[in-house]
Amino acid sequence: MHIAVVLKQVPDLVEELEIDSGGKDIDRSFVKMKLNEFDDHALEQAILLKESSGARVTAVAVAADGIDQVLYAAKARGADAAMKVDAGEEVLDSRRASSALAGAIKQLAPDLVLVGVQAADDLFGQTGPFLAAALGWPHVSVVSGVELAGEAGSKVRVHQEYAGGRMAILEVDPPVVIGVQAAPQPPRYVPVTRLRQAMASGPIESSSATAAAAESGVAVVAVSKPEAGKGAEMISGSATDVAEKIAALLGERGLVRG
Amino acid sequence: MSKVESQRTNEQEHLEFEGMDISGHWNRMFEQRVIWEHDTSALDKVTSIAGAESLGWCYQCGKCTPACPVDHVGDYSPRKIFRRTQTGIDLLTSPDLWLCTTCMNCLRVCPKEVNMISIMPAVREVAVAEGNVPPELQKAFENTFQHGNPLGEPARKRADWVADAGAPVAILPREKRPVDVLFYVECYWSYHPRGKDAARAFARTMETLGIDWGILGHEEKCSCDSQRLAGEKGLFEMVAEQNIATLAKYEFQRLVTSDPHAYNSFRNEYPKLGGEYQVQHYTQFLAPLMKDLPWKRKLDYKITFHDPCYLGRHNGEYDAPREMIRQIPGLEFIEMFRCKENGYCCGGGGGGMWLDSFTGNHIRERLSERRVKEAIETGAEMLVVCCPYEVSRFEDAVKSTGNEGKLLVRDVIELVDEALH
Repeated sequence: MHIAVVLKQVPDLVEELEIDSGGKDIDRSFVKMKLNEFDDHALEQAILLKESSGARVTAVAVAADGIDQVLYAAKARGADAAMKVDAGEEVLDSRRASSALAGAIKQLAPDLVLVGVQAADDLFGQTGPFLAAALGWPHVSVVSGVELAGEAGSKVRVHQEYAGGRMAILEVDPPVVIGVQAAPQPPRYVPVTRLRQAMASGPIESSSATAAAAESGVAVVAVSKPEAGKGAEMISGSATDVAEKIAALLGERGLVRG
Repeated sequence: MSKVESQRTNEQEHLEFEGMDISGHWNRMFEQRVIWEHDTSALDKVTSIAGAESLGWCYQCGKCTPACPVDHVGDYSPRKIFRRTQTGIDLLTSPDLWLCTTCMNCLRVCPKEVNMISIMPAVREVAVAEGNVPPELQKAFENTFQHGNPLGEPARKRADWVADAGAPVAILPREKRPVDVLFYVECYWSYHPRGKDAARAFARTMETLGIDWGILGHEEKCSCDSQRLAGEKGLFEMVAEQNIATLAKYEFQRLVTSDPHAYNSFRNEYPKLGGEYQVQHYTQFLAPLMKDLPWKRKLDYKITFHDPCYLGRHNGEYDAPREMIRQIPGLEFIEMFRCKENGYCCGGGGGGMWLDSFTGNHIRERLSERRVKEAIETGAEMLVVCCPYEVSRFEDAVKSTGNEGKLLVRDVIELVDEALH
């Protein structure tokens, strides 16, 4: 079993984000980047599969400033190999990124591709579906657990959670693209010593690809900061009084049925 | 299961020794008992870790138990850790691994020099490498790696406190000039609201003294001593190398820091990585200068003082903060019964600062809560501290023990500032 995990960086919200002069993107000159949280879970899921069934894991990412660090961290976490895909430009939307990544993933020929179900920057959630379409593979999204099943891992069993506490278990034939919502356990800590060992182990393999053929299909019209609320109302009194006032307020504003 | 041979004795019916008749039971000797099949693997696993060998030297005298601040609020101490490990409990996965604050009071009294200051970081490092690290501590490590401080605050805002200092502060990356004193502000004086109060008081005091000083601004990163003691040696080494490279860019005579933990690392750990500095804790720097200060008023406070473990026991400095207290006009000073070499611990050292919820599940009360009760017992109305971890820890503890209004917590520099204005 060979698993490819697709990783991407998103702006770190510890820094205050500014909108650039064009009004259609954040100002990226001061932004600090970090690994997308859902991708972090996809990577953890891949490492768990490696530990349980001896799968081989390759971390893949579109080349961008800081991506080497992300890929080294993936190797330190347990990925066997890492590859960055140089698409000639750093900021790609899901459609064009998937197009660039599909070529590299075809070369790697994995049985399983794990992607984060979405990324905090655009919330499109389309990288998985686009990638599956480009590869001509099946796709399952919003997955919270992946296991290998059947003879020698000939099938992949995935868990999906639905509203109302329902859970589905689906079986799918590899090769398949899976959008991971959450790994069965939180992403593990990567000790800095191991990260530094990974960084000393040599450069990240690079592959070039083009996304030029793919049309984005989505155009950003404007980006704006959320409007600040009008302040908080502090309710004082005994616990019973406060509870009654809250219940009355929720009723007045139609947030609960009377 | 251990198998123990029954007791055998050796007794001579007639024996004379140096003119004394010690026949019969007077000369009875117990032979060594042989214990078979005693499983020592849990202890061997710990003592085979470089730096953790001395756990095996414990001979169970128990002197450490009453000295250990964690045992006062729980069921702990090095003797107990040794015994549990000897009976097969795996220290690497036990909660015991994370409760030690590396306060060093056990090493002070240990006749066998079982060194928890070396054992704990070494064993924790192995646990961290195996992915066994409490989530809240993991977050502090990740924040330090990503942002240069355990609080997860933006590096760009590290010197924001300067704006309201009411005194000029030279931010050296902007001003690029040599200074007499390079002040290492550290994380809690840079970001914590009460820490910033102390940093501003320090800036005003430095202006009054006319000292030529500056700070590293956004280029400063955590000294990382507590991360090292919490088991992330690799993170410590990486950030320390970055800090050494940053410090090398600037010209200064002395390095002065707010934080006893930073002081400890600059004094004892950075030299091992090639960073040699003439370093002082701010109380050591200021104590000799106190006599020159133009005091404006007397402070009518009855105070007591808490020794930081990393200024006192770890580095032997008990006098500098007391000298400052003595010079501030008007203060009435009462020592707590646990002070100086036997000072209690606030619970923040060795990673404890970032393990509050975890530790809370294994002790009856926080160490800081125990300490504020001791402070109140002296009759003092104010607890004076000189470590950036402590103001917030003790202020929280005053509230959580229901003593709000009974005890104020102030950094000693805040009192200096108050008496000068």
